[in-house]
Amino acid sequence: MTDVTNPNDFENLRGTERTDIKGWGIDADPENDPTYPMKERTNEEHKGYTWERPAQQQEEQEILRSVERPNLTAVFGTSTPPSGLSGIIRRMAFKYSESSYGRWLPLMLADRIGVVEGIVQDLAHGKIPNIIAERGWQAEWKYNRKAVLKKAAAAAIITTAAIAILMPRKKKKLRLF
Amino acid sequence: MLAMNFRGPFRVRPDYNKPYPEIKHPNDVIVRVTRTCICGSDLHLYHGLVPDTRVGQTFGHEFTGIVEETGPSVEKVKTGDHILVPFNIACGTCVFCKQGLYGNCHESNPEATALGGIFGYSHTAGGYDGGQAEYARVPYADVSPTIIPDWMDIDDAVMLTDVVPTGYQAAEMGGIQKGDTVFIFGAGPIGIMAAKCSWLFGAGRVVVIDELDYRLEFAQKYAQCEVQNFRSLGDPVVFAKKTTDSLGPDVCIDAVGSEASGNISETLLGRKLLLQGGSTTALHWAINSVKKGGIVSIVGVYGPIDSLVPIGNVVNKGITIRANQASVKRLLPRLIEHIRTGVLNPKEMITHRLPLEEIAEGYHMFSKKLDNIIKPVLIPPHARA
Repeated sequence: MTDVTNPNDFENLRGTERTDIKGWGIDADPENDPTYPMKERTNEEHKGYTWERPAQQQEEQEILRSVERPNLTAVFGTSTPPSGLSGIIRRMAFKYSESSYGRWLPLMLADRIGVVEGIVQDLAHGKIPNIIAERGWQAEWKYNRKAVLKKAAAAAIITTAAIAILMPRKKKKLRLF
Repeated sequence: MLAMNFRGPFRVRPDYNKPYPEIKHPNDVIVRVTRTCICGSDLHLYHGLVPDTRVGQTFGHEFTGIVEETGPSVEKVKTGDHILVPFNIACGTCVFCKQGLYGNCHESNPEATALGGIFGYSHTAGGYDGGQAEYARVPYADVSPTIIPDWMDIDDAVMLTDVVPTGYQAAEMGGIQKGDTVFIFGAGPIGIMAAKCSWLFGAGRVVVIDELDYRLEFAQKYAQCEVQNFRSLGDPVVFAKKTTDSLGPDVCIDAVGSEASGNISETLLGRKLLLQGGSTTALHWAINSVKKGGIVSIVGVYGPIDSLVPIGNVVNKGITIRANQASVKRLLPRLIEHIRTGVLNPKEMITHRLPLEEIAEGYHMFSKKLDNIIKPVLIPPHARA
């Protein structure tokens, strides 16, 4: 399908005041500053990193820090510190700047390895991950049952066909006489 | 305590043994969560698109809660206060916070300088556990967290933590002038709210474009705007030109971000192979649709690596691009007033209220767009009594 147009296709569909809409125009700002979103410019950054910093949160676990800043921020999250093979990869990734693929692609790899590590950790703690529950497939059954049944039927047909094709067939006995 | 636990792409579970959060900084508080949402941007994490999303983390950057414990320097809130917690973690003292850029705080995310700290949004956003839990740690309690007014419904309050300010700022960044035509790509909660708020700035015509009819119907009703399904529209850019006498809309808003559909190569590169920071289809349409000298406002979330965009057209058309994470604290006073006067009714966007224990079903429903879902809210057990 092409996108060819005719001159008659063009029209100027513009709206006007919408007094039927509660609050129409109440925040209109004819002087909306083109430098927005910096609404309250102070140029304080000209002085550099000199502001009075908030109290520093204690580093009680390993926190990876961007090479683009000199210190840890005053507060930081303490969820899931780096560990295992994924942690080794994350530490390597953080040696690169935020503008480098050397940082982000290894982090994606580490995330995928972390998934496997998570399953191993579950098993080590005697927990078998309930993948069906974790993927929320109960909701699929509840709200999209027809599609689930269709997929199940299609899978059954394909499986049956595959088994039928791949199963070794009995060789016919050769008749010698 | 009970908390959402990320196990990998498309896998989350309720964890009943997550340790109770601790005060880690003098200005921290611990809140007992009363409402927490799943955000469209949580789906980027859920789908495995955001680097440094670690197994075991708890997501959730939209939540309200009752203060249970306070750090020694906290003055603004006290135990028992019911607060709404803006999604961005802001110190209030760095040069960026002081200039109203509370979404760009320099003292809340050691792991990336491009992004301020965000609750439950991977280690790229600071490594904080989020609010999809019974309890959550809230740093800088004297800065952004706000006591919920007595008259306000909690469901309205939780929508003020992200959806309303992000939608409002999308329209505000558009620099909409009276009579302007505004095209919004994406009919998720943010796109719908951006449409609603565009009227407040005096838009003359608001058009929302998406591929899901149920969402478009909701947008049309809720935001009183025009809607178009790009699946039946052909090229949305040509449609935009046809209905603006070939000139283009005055303002275009990208409210989709990295998971845009509508272009096979973008989907392949950005969503399947992860070779760019997401699919930029919506941004393409916004840039190519908007008038010469117009404004493109971006609130859709993209990954940190490079993304293909038609930058030549940005130059040739003299487009201004405005983009940012919403500065929730800056916008809250105005938005609370809009809710008080009935100009905005954000809780009407909530279509599903689920127990926190059903977190996996909630994510799956939202991801697959089941049961005409627009906005899901999770309610922890103690808040259901």
